[in-house]
Amino acid sequence: MLSVRGLKKYFGHFKAVSDANLTVNQGEVVAVIGPNGAGKTTLFRLISGQLKPSGGEIIFKGRPIGGLAPHQVCRRGISLSYQVVSVFGRMSVFENVQVAVLARRRQVHRLFTPARRLAVDETWEILESVGLQDRAQAVSGSLSHGDGKLLEMAIALGNRPELLIMDEPTAGMSPEETQATIELIRRLTQKMGLTILLCEHDMELVFSVADRIMVMQSGRTIAEGACDQVRCNQQVQQAYLGEPADA
Amino acid sequence: MLENIKNHRGLWVVAGLALLLAFWPSLVPRFYVYLVSLMLVTGLLATSLNLVLGFGGLYQFHHAVFYGVGAYGAALMIKWSGLSPWWGLLVGPLAAALLSLVIGIICVRLSQLYYGMLQISLGSLVWAIVFRWYSFTGGDDGIHGIAVPGAIASVSGAYWFTLAVTAACLLVMYLVINSPFGRVLMATRDNSERAEMIGVHLIGHQLIALVIAGFFGGVAGVLFVVVEGSVFPDMMFWTLSLEILVMCLLGGWFTFMGPMLGAAMMVGLRTVVGIYTEYWTLVLGVILMLLIFFLPQGVLGFIGAKRTPAMAHSRRED
Repeated sequence: MLSVRGLKKYFGHFKAVSDANLTVNQGEVVAVIGPNGAGKTTLFRLISGQLKPSGGEIIFKGRPIGGLAPHQVCRRGISLSYQVVSVFGRMSVFENVQVAVLARRRQVHRLFTPARRLAVDETWEILESVGLQDRAQAVSGSLSHGDGKLLEMAIALGNRPELLIMDEPTAGMSPEETQATIELIRRLTQKMGLTILLCEHDMELVFSVADRIMVMQSGRTIAEGACDQVRCNQQVQQAYLGEPADA
Repeated sequence: MLENIKNHRGLWVVAGLALLLAFWPSLVPRFYVYLVSLMLVTGLLATSLNLVLGFGGLYQFHHAVFYGVGAYGAALMIKWSGLSPWWGLLVGPLAAALLSLVIGIICVRLSQLYYGMLQISLGSLVWAIVFRWYSFTGGDDGIHGIAVPGAIASVSGAYWFTLAVTAACLLVMYLVINSPFGRVLMATRDNSERAEMIGVHLIGHQLIALVIAGFFGGVAGVLFVVVEGSVFPDMMFWTLSLEILVMCLLGGWFTFMGPMLGAAMMVGLRTVVGIYTEYWTLVLGVILMLLIFFLPQGVLGFIGAKRTPAMAHSRRED
């Protein structure tokens, strides 16, 4: 479904991403791991169109998407939920998700239809699926961090993506919230057939939800494969896990 | 819209105000009829600015240029074309919308203050052209004694026309703000990067909003011609833009009726205090300082925050 080959991004002389390779198949959960500064977030920004690649290619559903504008990438079926909560702060939780649904339905240019009658049921469904239905009328800027992260995912789901990219979905969450998020990810893939690409520092989460893992270090892919394969990889252990796999 | 008002206690305020405005010319001397006309015109102008300022998050520092171009469009059309003056009233807003599109295309890629700076420069350029082009625009003398259509030429005629057009424009803008377009516009205001990520063509969306705002700014300009019967370059000088910006902040720039209230307050203040002293801006300055300290959300923003928001989304099929 998604194929990244030899992707590069330079900021001046700094090579944020120098050789990233990644394959995501339909229905898979693929995790990107690596130490801080390895280029994971840059990779996601390149895929989602926020940054233009300096080289290499990104193929989604057989067509190149490298260098497209973010809204074009979104319309091809890729959504991103942010690492740092980045929502529409003065609007209600409901409206945050609703605008994503409206954008996907291409209804954003309707000038005279009242918005509160549009996309209501679908928005409620999404809010219920992430468990935010009780907070629907709250101003999104006033949410707790955990709820904010859930809203992040709800907005991304509002686009009804084929590929959902999650940049550290559980960063800053409590253990209970993390557990709930793991279950949410499982539900999204199993019930809704969503393909997910995520990066995460929480190894427990990675090994419990991911089908395959890609490891990055200093901007390049150093390993890619099934969980066990990667766990046993010598280079990965040295670079990142820093301890034997059976520890 | 009606449903929405029903939920608010504001219904009674709106109804009372509508009743008062409907009988206004038979209640008070002509001067006060004229004064309310002026408040409505200025309020419409401020509301049109707030469409892109408060709801779109665009720092439109020089919005008065569309007011001026709307007014000059009408005045020049009436003066030079020889067609029915009604055509002039139609041409003004269209000219303003066109200019808004042109300036918008140039500025919209810039963000925040950079947008504001370029916009104020281009607006001032238009002002300079109007100010200097004596043979066509009358230069700094302006154009006086414009032959507005007879039916709306009297003070009360102008009042009725202004009231009707302003009410219609407010209704349209209210619908736009509460439409999907308006929702997405607010989303671009709150977080433009994220708005692009959910599939919104950011620049296109902002451009449409700017054209709509420019158009209604032009309508306000035309109404000014109807009320005053004259135009002058000060209408598009940047100081007026600053004034209407202050009106939006004063009334509450995240509320729909805030700018209208702010305009009524400032026009009223200028007239009432202006009778006693020419230093009325001093009084305004003090009021503004108090406002920033005590009501940073503006008057209506303050009132709105005191009440619990009545945002109810009933589950209903679209």
